[in-house]
Amino acid sequence: MKQFWVFIKKEFLQVFRDQRTLLMLFGLPVAEIILFGFALSNDIKNANIAVIDYSRDVASQQLVEKIKSSGYFQVHEVLMSHEELEAAFKRGKIKLAVIFPTNFYQDLSHLNKAQIQVIADASDPNTATELTGYISSIVTDYQLKSATGARPSYVIVPEVRMLYNPELASAPNFVPGVMAMILLLICVMMGSVSIVKEKELGTMEILLVSPFKPILIIFAKMVPYLIISMFNVASILVLSVYLLDMPIRGSIPLLFVESFLYIVTGLSLGLLISTQTDSQQTAMFSSMLGMMLPTMLLSGYMFPIENMPKILQGLSYLVPSRWYYNIVKDIMLKGLGFSAIWKETLILLVMTAVALVVSLRSFKIRLE
Amino acid sequence: MSEPVIKTDKLAKHFGDFVAVNDVTFEVYPGEIFGFLGANGAGKTTAMRMLCGLSIPTSGTATVSGFDVFSQTDEIKKSIGYMSQKFSLYEDLTVSENIRFYAGIYGLTNQQIKQKTEELVERLGLQKEIKKRVSDLPLGWRQKISFCIAIVHEPKIVFLDEPTGGVDPVTRRQFWELIYEASQRGITNFVTTHYMDEAEYCDRLSIMVDGTIKALDTPANLRKNFNVTSMEDVFLQLAREAKRKEA
Repeated sequence: MKQFWVFIKKEFLQVFRDQRTLLMLFGLPVAEIILFGFALSNDIKNANIAVIDYSRDVASQQLVEKIKSSGYFQVHEVLMSHEELEAAFKRGKIKLAVIFPTNFYQDLSHLNKAQIQVIADASDPNTATELTGYISSIVTDYQLKSATGARPSYVIVPEVRMLYNPELASAPNFVPGVMAMILLLICVMMGSVSIVKEKELGTMEILLVSPFKPILIIFAKMVPYLIISMFNVASILVLSVYLLDMPIRGSIPLLFVESFLYIVTGLSLGLLISTQTDSQQTAMFSSMLGMMLPTMLLSGYMFPIENMPKILQGLSYLVPSRWYYNIVKDIMLKGLGFSAIWKETLILLVMTAVALVVSLRSFKIRLE
Repeated sequence: MSEPVIKTDKLAKHFGDFVAVNDVTFEVYPGEIFGFLGANGAGKTTAMRMLCGLSIPTSGTATVSGFDVFSQTDEIKKSIGYMSQKFSLYEDLTVSENIRFYAGIYGLTNQQIKQKTEELVERLGLQKEIKKRVSDLPLGWRQKISFCIAIVHEPKIVFLDEPTGGVDPVTRRQFWELIYEASQRGITNFVTTHYMDEAEYCDRLSIMVDGTIKALDTPANLRKNFNVTSMEDVFLQLAREAKRKEA
């Protein structure tokens, strides 16, 4: 056991000595979160939208003025048919359209309640939700201020329609996606280099001749990256809560436990690559091609899985990040508990076990 | 003579149809510097790997410091040291960190490690270098340090696989002084080399050709028996008979 600690200590020393890698390990998650966070809030200013006002009354005009003066939109007041509207969306001229029906004011003054229609181009789901969110809050604000004296405030219901991607499958919430990506990136890459590095240096031979158990080499290699990655999970969560105002609705301990599992999965896959390759370069390359691309493309974070060809959908089952992405979304955004994610957890457990067993076995074979 | 520390009897290793090591029989005695020569691909490395417990022999028997190479590889590993032709220190760690690590995985206590480090600093005159990273040291230094680390746990036998590759003659000489010192302390040195001047430094030599040992004696006797003036000629005479191509 003492030997094991000696080994872990050495691994830590090596990790902390390589400052460039260290900067990447700790800096990347932070940079990514900040980058995504600000990229998101920036491009919403002055979005082109169309306002189609069939009602042309006091209330609708007031509301349109309010939308115009909000600063978020470039408003084009036009009257157009549904076909023309569709064409404008398709050409990308507008991101969103607000439609006041003919009977808007009538409903409002008689029933104290009316509807407007908000149609958004959801092929860019992030922008679409942001924009509809803005419109809704402007409308709510107008409602509140419309209450004068004895008259209760108007109720205006914006009926929102998301064009092209009704379920908003790739969700506005990039934090789970970034977590799934970054953790896997770090774990697989670092894991894949770790053992092959000793092989390349020639130190592996010495270790194998020593009484140190080969299986412990594998576990000792995991420990530093495991700790660093857990630290990264914490920093990503802190940043997203305090900098990006992301909620964590579910249990935080559960989130950490699941992240721990996912990190171990990533490291096991990295070690698997490491035991199969003979140079650091090959290891890096295979982890890039074998893990990074599938992780980015098939986890459902960048592109909705439902829209993929069947083959890719099938492949996505093999991508660990797909499952972790679901887990994080369920815990963070939906506030669900373990009963909702046990299946995903089980899949990650099986993946980890398979990767570990295969890498241990091939590690043993290499000793022969 | 005392009990041999390495004893093999018709030790063989086959890889499929290929016979890498063919019925090798020899004995090595405590404190001896035993040269293990052979052209590339003659089977030296395979034989050495079997003695280190890294590879299970196909047939024959062998014991290393009294332990069986088939069943007691764990015990063997504890009683041997090993230094390879490939560089074996961690370049991104300092000299003292390397010592602490290797001594640590052999189970030395902190007290022992401290003492060993001081000894090593003393013997090699490393006062200035001990806190330096290995990558900042010249090759000759690294080789010497590697050797001292290989015997830091006081093994009975140390296996040296072409330990002086790429080192200048002066440093090589210094390196051999370390080997002599170790041998005087009773550590058996099992050395492979390509340098014939180094072969002369050994107490006894074996020359391997095509997986079998073709000659085994002291350097002086070998020269006499082959009726030549230098070890190089002995080696060339034997190596010429080789049928195997270089691996």
